[in-house]
Amino acid sequence: MDFKFTEDQEMLREAFAAFVKEEIAPNAAKWDEENHTPVDIMPQLGELGVLGVFVPETYGGVGLGHTERVMALEEIARHSAGLAMMVFTHQLGMAAILDFGTEEQKMKYLPDMCAGTSICGLAVTEPGGGSDVAGQKTTAEMKDGRWIINGRKCFITNSHCADYPVLTCKTGEDEKGRSTFSAIIIDKGTEGFMPGREENKLGLKGSMTGELIANNASVPQENLLGEIGQGTPIAMKEIGEVGRASMAAIATGIIRGCLEDSVKFANDRILYGKPIAKLQAIQFHVADIRVAYESARLMLYKAAAVKDEGKPATIDFGMAKYYATDKACECARKTIELMGGYGVVNEYAAGRYMRDALACISSGGTSEIQKIIIAGDTLKKYK
Amino acid sequence: MNILVCIKPVPDPEKYGELKIDMDTKRLIREGIPSVVNPSDRNALEEALKLREKSGGKVTVLSMAPEFTRDKLTECLAMGADEAFLLSDAAFGGADTYATSYVLAKAIERLGAFDLILFGNESADGATAHVPVQVAEWLSLPHLCRVVEITEEDPGFRVCRKGDGGRLVFAIGKPCVLAVSSGINKPRFINAMGIIKAKKKPLTVWSNEDLGLDMDRIGLQGSPTQPGELITPHMERSSEVLGTDPEEAADKLIALMKKAGGTL
Repeated sequence: MDFKFTEDQEMLREAFAAFVKEEIAPNAAKWDEENHTPVDIMPQLGELGVLGVFVPETYGGVGLGHTERVMALEEIARHSAGLAMMVFTHQLGMAAILDFGTEEQKMKYLPDMCAGTSICGLAVTEPGGGSDVAGQKTTAEMKDGRWIINGRKCFITNSHCADYPVLTCKTGEDEKGRSTFSAIIIDKGTEGFMPGREENKLGLKGSMTGELIANNASVPQENLLGEIGQGTPIAMKEIGEVGRASMAAIATGIIRGCLEDSVKFANDRILYGKPIAKLQAIQFHVADIRVAYESARLMLYKAAAVKDEGKPATIDFGMAKYYATDKACECARKTIELMGGYGVVNEYAAGRYMRDALACISSGGTSEIQKIIIAGDTLKKYK
Repeated sequence: MNILVCIKPVPDPEKYGELKIDMDTKRLIREGIPSVVNPSDRNALEEALKLREKSGGKVTVLSMAPEFTRDKLTECLAMGADEAFLLSDAAFGGADTYATSYVLAKAIERLGAFDLILFGNESADGATAHVPVQVAEWLSLPHLCRVVEITEEDPGFRVCRKGDGGRLVFAIGKPCVLAVSSGINKPRFINAMGIIKAKKKPLTVWSNEDLGLDMDRIGLQGSPTQPGELITPHMERSSEVLGTDPEEAADKLIALMKKAGGTL
């Protein structure tokens, strides 16, 4: 067992961190304050190799794995959890195309997506709920060799900037009368397809979230991703192993922000003639944040290693996601407490960490959903 | 065009607050301080890569440094250099700029002919700016420092350098040695593909066995500069309360300033 990154992975992490330090960190507070989604940074992230780091070179990627993918997300989220959200949702749709697309689809979409010149997304959630996949109302009917899509998706990241979102739609029923769903790639410019309301979120503001509305949107038959009726497994696999992995990485990045900012503040802030880092009450907070960071990191990279081995990693990522997002909220609160009055001043990032951490909980399934999934597996595994 | 870039791994300038000096050997204690490629050397490499992109050719990187800094040369390969050479031997340790430049010059002679040899103007740790000039002198090549612009112009280069009162423009022939300032460009970021490609590029380590240099000319033994006594300056300041009455405090303050030699 080796808990270290390889030399190449460490160099890659440093390369990502160098970019984040120069191009992302100085802008993160401004993006949050102005609710700005920095879409124009995507080609730079493509050039850096972040977007397609897990995609084979044949399709314009780097050919590495999910360990490197979540490593990049942690580095980005250390300073801008919102931007990391846009990046991961882009990768979520890319992963669906990579895992389930035809050779033609992969060659058509992935090179530009790896380069950051076109943006992807995955749209499953509807007003009726996200985790209730079977309750989706959006339909796709085959008419004259084309899919006619009708419905409304909501809480969709990259809603207004995705060039090719992947939508899950009801396309039939099985022998027991239960709805079956398919995944369809839809071009942003398709007539009858448009973004709707854009949400004003609590946190994760470097990314846009909103509705996608299809009103008799006509899509070529070949835009079907995978087989007819495979929409639910596609969504479940990608949300389970890419979405939750990413949320765990983003939350881990937020915890690191809390850790680094807490230590800096504790060393700089002088009270009673000495840095507050000398006070035990402050040390307890720092210790708790450190333990949370180390634990979240271990769970995240262990799960990523499982996925890179080609083994099912849904449960590992579910545990990592539940733990990291829960602890991110706790650590952000401790950071605010440690800073006293400064903690609630927006000149410091602690408040943003708190808002971002809270916004992480619902994405990719709430903590309660994760616990149900974890419990289901645990009750079988430890019987 | 055949370009050589000399680079130096230095302690991360952001960690200078944590640096300590061994009072016996008078050397920096580098343990626990991460190394980085000297910032202006990255500018030199960026300039070399830009020139190669324009005119074709090859970019080689050379460094004299301990073996553990090998990954810094890999970083240069990941940034886009074609080949790297590391001069690493305990015998090179403790060298001043004179002995360092001698070893570098001898290695360059062994490497072959270059059209251009680039350096960062000075290192972030020593900041002497000696080495580029010294290497050029050992090799009997024309040289310029504080360079802020390089354009290839037959038969050599058009070079702008920073002067005290503005920019000075020179024509300099090939081969030559140029030391660039950090403002010359913005070094590119290392990308993931670069890191993967770097693994396949040649990185050669030479010891003094390969160079065969006289032990009296290298390392501590070959260094005419020896550090003198190290003194930690006393930075303590004393304070005195001048009372709570503003008028009285102002009078006392003026008296103190006069006593200290101030004129009012």
